[in-house]
Amino acid sequence: MKTLADLLPAQEGQISSITGIDSIAQRLSEMGFTPGQAVRVVRFAPLGDPIQIRLRGFSIALRRNEARRILLTPA
Amino acid sequence: MAASALPRSSVATDSLPAPTVARRPVIAVIGNPNTGKTTLFNALTGLTQHTGNYSGVTVESALGELSIDGTRFLAVDLPGTYSLAPRAPDEMIAVSVLLGYGRGVTAPDVILYVLDASNLDRNLYLLTQVLEVGRPMVVALTMADVAQQLGLAIDTKELSTRLGVPVIPVQATRRVGLSDLQHALGEAARSGASPIAPVRLPDALSDEVTHLSGSLSSANNTATPIPRFLIERLLLDTGGSVENELSRHYGDSVRTLALAARNRLASVGIHVPQIEIDTRYHWIAEVTLASVRQPLTTQHTWTERIDAIVTHKIWGLLVFLLAMAVTFQSIFSWAAPLMETIDAIFSTLGERVGSLLTDGPLRSLVVDGIIGGVGAVVIFVPQIAILFGLIGILEDSGYMARAAFLMDRVMASFGLSGRSFIPLLSSFACAVPGIMSTRSIDNHHDRIATILIAPLMSCSARLPVYVLFISAFIPAQTVWGIIGLQGLTLFAMYMVGLIVAPPIAFLLKRTLLRGESMPFLLELPPFKIPAWRVVLFRMYDRSWAFLRRAGTIILATTILVWALSYYPTQPHLTTEFDIKRATATAEERARLDIAEAGARLRGSYLGQAGRAIEPVVQPLGWDWKIGIATLASFPAREVIIAALGTIYNLGNKEDEGSIALRETMQAERWPDGRPVYTPIVALSVMVFFALCCQCGATLATIKRETGSWGYALFTFTYMTGLAYVGALLVYQIGSRL
Repeated sequence: MKTLADLLPAQEGQISSITGIDSIAQRLSEMGFTPGQAVRVVRFAPLGDPIQIRLRGFSIALRRNEARRILLTPA
Repeated sequence: MAASALPRSSVATDSLPAPTVARRPVIAVIGNPNTGKTTLFNALTGLTQHTGNYSGVTVESALGELSIDGTRFLAVDLPGTYSLAPRAPDEMIAVSVLLGYGRGVTAPDVILYVLDASNLDRNLYLLTQVLEVGRPMVVALTMADVAQQLGLAIDTKELSTRLGVPVIPVQATRRVGLSDLQHALGEAARSGASPIAPVRLPDALSDEVTHLSGSLSSANNTATPIPRFLIERLLLDTGGSVENELSRHYGDSVRTLALAARNRLASVGIHVPQIEIDTRYHWIAEVTLASVRQPLTTQHTWTERIDAIVTHKIWGLLVFLLAMAVTFQSIFSWAAPLMETIDAIFSTLGERVGSLLTDGPLRSLVVDGIIGGVGAVVIFVPQIAILFGLIGILEDSGYMARAAFLMDRVMASFGLSGRSFIPLLSSFACAVPGIMSTRSIDNHHDRIATILIAPLMSCSARLPVYVLFISAFIPAQTVWGIIGLQGLTLFAMYMVGLIVAPPIAFLLKRTLLRGESMPFLLELPPFKIPAWRVVLFRMYDRSWAFLRRAGTIILATTILVWALSYYPTQPHLTTEFDIKRATATAEERARLDIAEAGARLRGSYLGQAGRAIEPVVQPLGWDWKIGIATLASFPAREVIIAALGTIYNLGNKEDEGSIALRETMQAERWPDGRPVYTPIVALSVMVFFALCCQCGATLATIKRETGSWGYALFTFTYMTGLAYVGALLVYQIGSRL
């Protein structure tokens, strides 16, 4: 299954779901990572982690660990 | 051990709300981070703004006053948050304040919601939750200029109709829309009308909330019903703050009831927590479709161009290093002339006042205790003001988030996040401003861990101690022909804390500060020119807060140590030295005065304590004189130099460059003739001071920032333990080599 962590800079994807029902899943969803939402990877930090993501008109950085929980719809 | 001492909650929820008395009406200001909330709060409250405790809440927030049509309102600025699903104590406080839930907490008369026009989707999420709190509300629409640049056109009227509350566009820095906003706030407070929550969660869920509410009130016949908003949060946030708080007060049955309700919902296809989030974002999509005209193409903004540089592999790191070098340099060197001036002013003041008073306990208390103590507090102000000015600029411009983005990978390797970097770096100059700057760390456990390790960074107060011992006891030779041994030792002392801190942070995060892991979500807001009012206010506010609160505690410890070193008065010494002085020349008399001071200190309670602890410090290679000097330096590390000066009869005006003190220490012998200070003993003392937390200001600041003496005590205990073990290892291993 393709996740947000598999995208390279400048690549886009569409969220299908988020794994888990814990507080991390809740926080990610609250921030706007919801099913159907388009996301784009802007860049990786110099050491490869975290990742800068653009969605809903704002930029946010997440670590790969969390990005792996955001599943994308197969292209 | 300290687990029981750690605070579990910051809001008192034990008993009934206090009876209502005539009071000022309250405006609570809430919104997402980076929405211009602080700038707006500043523009509304102006010079009345200060930090303090909102009634019933133990953690400080920004407060201010605001006059609307002749009525004076109290405004409270709640911390920026993305959701009202509380997961951390600070978030629980925001919820408690909005609901007026908890002992002595008054609900606001009107809520001012700060809505960022350039980021509507996510900003509306929190807004839908705040609408459900059931208080009158007014929305201030900020960042309209940024939205315009992005090509967004917002129909304010339509937005207001959909939300059911007034929406007022404002530009705080240019004071545009402020009077309309104040008028709307006054109107809303007067009418007292609560908005109708526009987002409807599924009926099955509402029914469960009603059911849960009934079970809880019948199971615990409490006089105050739990607000429905909290019951809903209990159901929606598995393992959240509300669940923890309620089960602490009403027992574990709370968890069982909530779990059963969630399971019933799941069986009809309603899954917690997704259901809430999906419902809200679905509603938001409808609202934005009706009220916002989106541009066809996204524009390449300034922010993206700057980001391409400041987060670049090479340029980004260079900019970062430059920013850090300037920050570090400013608190380390730029503050120095100001600090020296303050020091000189207090010394002169001490001498002037001292000459007006007759010799005795009063003079000693005023000059050494009070003036000396106040001086020791005021001297930190330049560092605090300068650091917070720079942090204000870095934060308000949006750069701070980029610095955290760059450093996160490094900090993550020992369990912290990029946000801890600046506070730790600042602590190399001084832990006090460093600890105060941890407020920008949104994860509560990360923040506490950062506070607890910040005093391990080698601060500027340790430098005089290092300079004295290195120049006196470390030979000025070079190793491998090029590296000076003295410089190498100084470098090693700076490394001690840096090497010890990461494993301590790691351990803390695995033990005391273990808990639900929070995702690292770092918003990278658009860059903007910092608002100078916000920056200046922060410099003033942080300095004043330090003086007012930490100052009293530091002053008290200084006076305590003064009293312990002054009493008992030992009248026999006065008689003895007076006899000697009667026949002495002027020069001998000065020497006798110093000898008397030394004899008094040795006979004082502090001196007695020093002898009592001699067996404890002997394994470190120390004699009892080093022992008392260390005890006397409890309020501040650099006091050890003055204390050694007094003990060795040199008067207490010694500084680290003093040749007399150095020579006396070099000449100091054990009864069997061995020198007391060898390079190994000097290293043992230095390692102790590198690791200990002999700093009243730091401890007072930890108490202030965490709201508990528990953490301050814990820091002092673990660092003293670490310092003792470190010094012991250095001496025991070093003296056998």
